[in-house]
Amino acid sequence: MSLDTDTVRKIAVLARIKIDDEKLSPLASELNNIIGWVEQLSEVDTDGISPMTSVAEMTMPVRADVITDGDCEDRVLANAPQKVAPYFTVPRVVE
Amino acid sequence: MTQANELTITEARDALIAGKLSATELTQSCLDAMAKAGELNAFITETPELALERAAQSDARIAKGESRGALEGIPVAVKDLFCTKGVLTTAASHILDGFVPEYESTVTENLRNAGTVMTGKTNLDEFAMGSANVTSYYGPVKNPWKLDDGKDRVPGGSSGGSAAAVAAHLSLAAIGTDTGGSIRQPASFCGIVGMKPTYGRCSRWGTVAFASSLDQAGPMTKTVRDAAIVLQGMAGHDKKDSTSAPVDLPDFAAAITGDIRGMKIGIPKEYRIDGSPAEIDAIWRKGTDMFRDAGAEIVDITLPHTKYALPTYYIVAPAEASSNLARYDGVRYGLRVDGDSLDEMYENTRAEGFGDEVKRRVLIGAYVLSAGYYDAYYVKAQKVRSRIAEDFKKAFAQVDVILTPTAPSTAFAIGEKMDDPIAMYMNDVFTVPASMAGLPCLSVPGGLGDDGLPLGLHLISKPFDEETLFRAGDVLEKQANFTAIPAGWGAGQ
Amino acid sequence: MSYLIKGETADWELVIGLEVHAQVISNSKLFSGSATSFGADPNSHVSLVDAAMPGMLPVINAHCIDQAIKTGLGLNAVINRHSVFERKNYFYADLPQGYQISQFLHPIVGEGMLEIQLKDGSIREIAIERLHMEQDAGKSIHDKDPRRTYIDLNRAGVCLMEIVSHPAMYTPEEAAAYVRKIRSIVRYLETCDGNMEEGSMRADVNVSVRKFGETGLRTRTETKNVNSVRFMMQAIEFEAQRHVEVWESGGEVKQETRLFDPDTGETRPMRSKEEAHDYRYFPDPDLLPVELSEAQIDAIRSAMPELPDEKKRRFMAELGLSAYDADVLVAERETANYFEIVAKGRDAKVAANWVISNLFGALNAADKDISNSPVSAQNLGKLLGLMANETISGRIAKEVFEIMFETGSDPEKIVQEKGLKQITDSGAIEAAVDQAIADNPDQADEVRQGNGKAIGWFVGQVMQKTQGKANPQAVNKMLRDKLST
Repeated sequence: MSLDTDTVRKIAVLARIKIDDEKLSPLASELNNIIGWVEQLSEVDTDGISPMTSVAEMTMPVRADVITDGDCEDRVLANAPQKVAPYFTVPRVVE
Repeated sequence: MTQANELTITEARDALIAGKLSATELTQSCLDAMAKAGELNAFITETPELALERAAQSDARIAKGESRGALEGIPVAVKDLFCTKGVLTTAASHILDGFVPEYESTVTENLRNAGTVMTGKTNLDEFAMGSANVTSYYGPVKNPWKLDDGKDRVPGGSSGGSAAAVAAHLSLAAIGTDTGGSIRQPASFCGIVGMKPTYGRCSRWGTVAFASSLDQAGPMTKTVRDAAIVLQGMAGHDKKDSTSAPVDLPDFAAAITGDIRGMKIGIPKEYRIDGSPAEIDAIWRKGTDMFRDAGAEIVDITLPHTKYALPTYYIVAPAEASSNLARYDGVRYGLRVDGDSLDEMYENTRAEGFGDEVKRRVLIGAYVLSAGYYDAYYVKAQKVRSRIAEDFKKAFAQVDVILTPTAPSTAFAIGEKMDDPIAMYMNDVFTVPASMAGLPCLSVPGGLGDDGLPLGLHLISKPFDEETLFRAGDVLEKQANFTAIPAGWGAGQ
Repeated sequence: MSYLIKGETADWELVIGLEVHAQVISNSKLFSGSATSFGADPNSHVSLVDAAMPGMLPVINAHCIDQAIKTGLGLNAVINRHSVFERKNYFYADLPQGYQISQFLHPIVGEGMLEIQLKDGSIREIAIERLHMEQDAGKSIHDKDPRRTYIDLNRAGVCLMEIVSHPAMYTPEEAAAYVRKIRSIVRYLETCDGNMEEGSMRADVNVSVRKFGETGLRTRTETKNVNSVRFMMQAIEFEAQRHVEVWESGGEVKQETRLFDPDTGETRPMRSKEEAHDYRYFPDPDLLPVELSEAQIDAIRSAMPELPDEKKRRFMAELGLSAYDADVLVAERETANYFEIVAKGRDAKVAANWVISNLFGALNAADKDISNSPVSAQNLGKLLGLMANETISGRIAKEVFEIMFETGSDPEKIVQEKGLKQITDSGAIEAAVDQAIADNPDQADEVRQGNGKAIGWFVGQVMQKTQGKANPQAVNKMLRDKLST
């Protein structure tokens, strides 16, 4: 499998990172090197092996259904680069 | 005479208890050293006023006989990946411009409650992605160790600023985070002790996430005993982190007995890699001999999937990172670069806010998770991860501790390996396998390489058996008797 | 039941699949301790976790898991002992994490089945594919500023259950009945308040069409966030018609996400969702799998209330109600409870009739619902009791009911105070009957000559004379006796 510039453009859109056109090709070859390198994993026999998603050998902890947080608009908005309190604002979205 | 900032925690604690030294004096001596060591670029943010304020509080508690214990009044430098309330937190990324958290990470909160004095936020690779501390938006960190060639060396990464700060005696201890080797490899490069606890030992709450299934905070210190003391102050179950282990904390320092007779030390043959420099083999052999001399039993073991750990890591970690870093979108904090539409704003912000290595990993991560590739890459990697973990499980049925080199080389010059990501990734070849299995690891200075720069020895133990690790590490440390210090920092000038 | 769209080239059949999003009733959010209640000040029900501050981590709300299990049991579904939260990755202004924590490959609830009854009395079983838990997103507000969209994260992180049907509905009526049935069940279970106006329940509507007789499915479109049953039916009809027109004109229906505009009754493509989706799901490394014990599931099962289907069967079998009446009465838990109080120890059919016709009629006219009915179930029961023991006639009962509806008073008190007690004394009735016959000799003759209808007129006369208090049966009988030839 190899990443062409179209694929790189596509994943850059998915990741919301603007990549200038002239950088697409060098980036594609860089990423290709990495992908080519990780493909050595195909040598490993993993038949019947289940994927490991966590090393934590424990059951998931749960919390009680009580209100313990919130009511802190100031702290939530404190770092917002743009806001019209008590809202965050973004460029207008047309749905 | 030894200056206060050159003391170990153990020594400083004794001096504080004896009243020979105040926390304020101790802190001031670190602040003075920091002021002279600006060239290292070890800190992104220094917090001298806050430090002196907390030192004064420590002194007051000590005076009233209310000392909080071994860490009372001890200056600690904090990797700028831990969110600190009211103090700029950057993850060394442009995208977190101006971000001042409204909260304190559990680890730094624990340390504060233990009486430590935070001296500042240390430099790192951007979002902890790197092995040389060259990807920081705030510039590279220099290794305090110098050679006559005049070239600056990297301190390793990603916790490079923390490692440099301890090595140059800018702080008695520092804390870092380790995802694939980010504490241990810089510890090796800088000639200090670096420890990555078992996954789940330290809470991840409030620490900027890189790869959630791997990230773990840990101490970086001058001695193994100090590492045990600092870990004691950082660790503990946290209900706010669902992956934090609900296990009791043993007294880590008490495990250091000096006696490892009969302990079984495993030597995995797969860590002997082709083309590896002779000095690496030599230090590893030296470590083996030191253990044997101390009465341990040396056992040859096999970890068959070792060579696949690094490529597995470079699927799993970028995949998680691509998702973890999605929140940096210019809406709620940090940098915002405007655009005509929401998507344009996102794309501009993230293009300008992230550096090249971060972009590379985010894109790789998005790719290996994307439709059509998920099974071939991500699921495959998770399966190989199972195999790697199995290897360790089998090995630990035979041995108590595994000994390997920490890094495949000594510190290299700033600028080297910059244009070859995979060569850079190879720095973590010895540290990543145990990370994949979530195991506790310790890097102890073992000696100097051919070039006169430090090399670490790497110990791995069973999950939640940090005690054995500290006991073994302490013996290794004493045997190695690593006394070399980087010239020109701390008091020695 | 068949719903065919006549096209130029063929008859077209409609295929509908629904994804119903139901907001779980809980005090706090799925992964944070902030409140879930509706209508709070913007961004006040937001924690640092909800706002996805760096390093913030999720911890699951145990009650939300129980609510999902309960709902799954109510949908006659398989509860999966092992389920996994995954991250669904996409960027949107009201999605602070840049991913939604949801369930994908391993949902908490698997295959289930829902029975619906249609207007013609037929019953259909609709297959449910799964129910999974997920976080709600925040709210984007577009009408406050011409250049900017405002973001309120109050809803961000609230627990939703997404109930996914198979594409197994073929008419708008079936889809409507299905949504109403889900609403009814979650309200019985108190796992969701079913309030579609406030958005606690909404549906994504998947529609495709195929030529009658085709077995495969053609391309579907998904109309998002439809928040009323009526709108959903409109959206389905509009989409079905549009699809047929596209296919028939030689075009291809594009798989896309659409929005329904209630003002026009039409749907249109959603601009913000134009790009191809690739959600890059993977297990959330901040969480562990949900592992359920059989004991935990059993405990929830044993605490389940009687659900509408069971209740309906009981009302029919034990109380002798018609399927229609039973269906109406069980649709809402409050109604069923109300009815059961009214019917207790009384004639259930009469009770059903009073609840359905008189009470519902009055409530509708007054724009009230059963939860704030001025007539309590206890009082309506008493009223029925007064009729049953012949204290009042049916006619008087209706009068009393009106007063009860206005004042909320006890019917016994009303009857007492207004002197409405039925006249059962045959002497008094006879006097009134005799009087009526004497006053109206012509009409009396008509009856005697065999005009049976006129007898009704006489009953009316007598009732009028007694202010309705005479027992109409007794009056009728006495008139017949006296006017028989």
